Amino acid sequence: MSLDEYRKREFTQVGTRVRRPDGVDKVTGRAMYGADATAPGMLWGRILRSPHAHARIRSIDASAALALKGVKAVVTAADFAVPEDDFTRDVQDNCMARGRALYDGHAVAAVAAVDQATARAALKLIKVDYEILPHVTDVDAAMQPGAPVVQEGRVQENVPKGFSDNVTAHFEFGHGDLDAGFAKADKIVERSFKTAATHQGYIEPHACLASVTSDGKADLWCCTQGHFYVRTLCAEILGMEASQLRVTASEIGGGFGGKTTVFIEPVALMLSKKAGRPVKLVMSRDEVFRATGPTVSSSSDVKIGMTKDGRITAAQATLRYQGGAFPCGTTEFGTQAAFAAYDLDAVRTYGWSVMTNRPKEAAYRAPGAPVAIYAVESVVDELCQHFGLDPLDVRLKNAARKGTKSSYGPTFPDIGLVATLEAAKAHPHYKAPLGPNQGRGLSCGFWFNFGGNTCVSLNVNTDGTVGITEGNPDIGGSRASISLMAAEELGIPYDNIRTIVADTSSLGYNDVTDGSRVTFAVGLATIKAARDAVRKMCARAAKIWGIDEEAVQWKDGAAVPAGPNAGKFPPMTLAEIAAVSAETGGPIAGHYEVNADGAGVSFGVHLCDVEVDRETGATKVLRYTVFQDAGKAVHPDYVEGQMQGGAVQGIGWALNEEYIYGPDGRLQNPTFLDYRVPVASDLPMIETVILEIPNPGHPYGVRGVGETGIVPPLAALSNAVSHAIGLRMSELPMSPPRILKALGGS
Amino acid sequence: MTKIHVSTTINGDAHEFLCAPDETLLDVLRNRLSLTGAKEGCGTGDCGACSVTVNGRLVCSCLVLGAEAEGAEIATIEGMADGDDLHPLQRHFIDGAALQCGVCTPGILVAAKALLEKNPDPTDEELRYWLAGNLCRCTGYDKIIRAVQAAAAEMRGA
Repeated sequence: MSLDEYRKREFTQVGTRVRRPDGVDKVTGRAMYGADATAPGMLWGRILRSPHAHARIRSIDASAALALKGVKAVVTAADFAVPEDDFTRDVQDNCMARGRALYDGHAVAAVAAVDQATARAALKLIKVDYEILPHVTDVDAAMQPGAPVVQEGRVQENVPKGFSDNVTAHFEFGHGDLDAGFAKADKIVERSFKTAATHQGYIEPHACLASVTSDGKADLWCCTQGHFYVRTLCAEILGMEASQLRVTASEIGGGFGGKTTVFIEPVALMLSKKAGRPVKLVMSRDEVFRATGPTVSSSSDVKIGMTKDGRITAAQATLRYQGGAFPCGTTEFGTQAAFAAYDLDAVRTYGWSVMTNRPKEAAYRAPGAPVAIYAVESVVDELCQHFGLDPLDVRLKNAARKGTKSSYGPTFPDIGLVATLEAAKAHPHYKAPLGPNQGRGLSCGFWFNFGGNTCVSLNVNTDGTVGITEGNPDIGGSRASISLMAAEELGIPYDNIRTIVADTSSLGYNDVTDGSRVTFAVGLATIKAARDAVRKMCARAAKIWGIDEEAVQWKDGAAVPAGPNAGKFPPMTLAEIAAVSAETGGPIAGHYEVNADGAGVSFGVHLCDVEVDRETGATKVLRYTVFQDAGKAVHPDYVEGQMQGGAVQGIGWALNEEYIYGPDGRLQNPTFLDYRVPVASDLPMIETVILEIPNPGHPYGVRGVGETGIVPPLAALSNAVSHAIGLRMSELPMSPPRILKALGGS
Repeated sequence: MTKIHVSTTINGDAHEFLCAPDETLLDVLRNRLSLTGAKEGCGTGDCGACSVTVNGRLVCSCLVLGAEAEGAEIATIEGMADGDDLHPLQRHFIDGAALQCGVCTPGILVAAKALLEKNPDPTDEELRYWLAGNLCRCTGYDKIIRAVQAAAAEMRGA
């Protein structure tokens, strides 16, 4: 009954802005991140990477490197067995090229040595004989018959003939009669768009410390969004049993989806296994850009028909995503998300997955949705402009709501889009005056959200405090939110609870910290684990009082007798029950395990004002407001933080960030100097308005909030810039050279 | 490579170390002295996660050689709190939720403290330009700016 979890209640602790439990560690430099761990006898690993976009590896000669004093191991693809299933093989081949280097930066060999200088020197002694092959990095070029084929034999059966073998998958979603719908339109706009690949840009490069012993046991310390999944992948790649590999998640210095897989971890484990010593492997920023997942670049066509009073009659989108040198996992999400904000009689989206000689894409915050919705929301804006209609009124007129059959299939339960649009309309920002060369843009955003496998233990300590053991790396304050929900349920102070992220040997499997799932799913499991502990504490009180368990209730942090035959006993607090637990049956703990569904979808609306400098082409964001449905904001500071952080990543995507490839297929800007993420001086304050339309699938109504915030900025900025300069922009990023070019052409 | 012997002061304590001529101050702090509060986000001076002060001057420690620390006074995040008493900046970062993942936080705190020592009452714009060399990918900077201003106000009142 996943949609019957929510019960309206008055909260006493959920919704307050408490201090996070890891705060002091993080402001004093004590928090231990991926690169901060050491081990006795530790070696330093380093990876040699292909300088070519596409090359056959004829041979690798590491004899000179191995002969260098201080070098303890060299690893290449030859050290790994070839996995049978495509998925694991792709992950492994991305960690270490097998036979062919598929992109600039692809790992080809690794060394472990006594120090970093020796490891660096050893890499220079490894001789790789490359046969350079033709390459392709552009999504449209890669689809053409005759394009250099990145990998043979990866085309799914439903892909129509006539394309390059780089086109691996085709998706189609929608319903209704498009032709009839377009025939009813007073105006049809059809436009094409392109977006550049962007990187998650977490400030902490990937890092790990691996230790494999001669009896086949291994420990791995790493920065990851999901250490249980790291264990699964590494155990498969190394041919180990999961029980013998313990993975501990360090504090994580940002992920945004990019740390949901492995890049260096299997290599570090293999180096440690061969060297017989612990090995630390830390990526440089150059390696992060060249060899870890950016998101897709895209090319798309959108066609929408509208009546003159603003009703959308039909909508169609074709989305082409390249996800690097392996089959792209993002296309389906984008294809489903494109028109999610609209209640449409006739809608169709087509998605195409394309391989190119670029690094294997990784998830990036609402993967696929930002670029799809950018194209859709740009065309909706153009239609509003054409008819002189208010863009919020048009969105309200066509908004998906409870009962709408979504463009990707399911019928929506309670959703917050209309409330979010109305909040934007009522906000002073929407009516604020604009000056010359300034423009205002807006866009809807959407993300599905996810639940997934979750396991929580809640231990009642004998001193009346509570420890919670959960298995999802805390990427933005989740330990505080989890403790808050437990405090609410148990009726004890937040400060009496400590939540820790357990290693893989201490808890059942937990899915990755992704899909905006943690506050929803771990929160749900925590509440249920607390209820399990409450049941047990009520039973202990019943035993002490000599009454039936059913005659005891939990109220305000204490067991109380209830009902006609319960008798009169003073309440027993959690601390009082815990103190005598040894005499009433032993330790008290609550548990809950679930594969959670019922994660409510999340909608948002962003409003932004920009000013464009017509001489330099630079765009200044003047004002920015985010409206988003959080279901219930457990810790409002960190909900606002997700909204603000997502918005700013989207602003970077819209205005500056882009992977730039030269004709040689090499990435030209693998530094933070040349790949320009937003800095403090680029931005205004990011105003936030949290809406709370309860998710029926969560006991407190919580919806995930992490991803939706990155979806609207692309179109909101593009629409704002288009209004400011009086020209419709259709390519991201809208960097100064691109805006100058557009202005010059007018 | 022959190593260089360096005598320096870090957070008020005397330290000696040996380092290679091409070894950065950041690598020395992290790998030789176990002061891992300074982070390497880029190694090219673009992200500010390794910010420390050398003789009062804010620097990216990835762009300073360990050998340059000879005779210098170095301050890192590990020396910002006075025992159990957090610096007002540290306190306001926690109270104002000015961090999410926290990996940029040590560098931003060191940089903000250096600004407030020169300019106790910065405008938001001065603050944003001062911190433009410190990348944060999580917060969008909003709560960072507010926390620094709250700390600055408290420090001016103190």
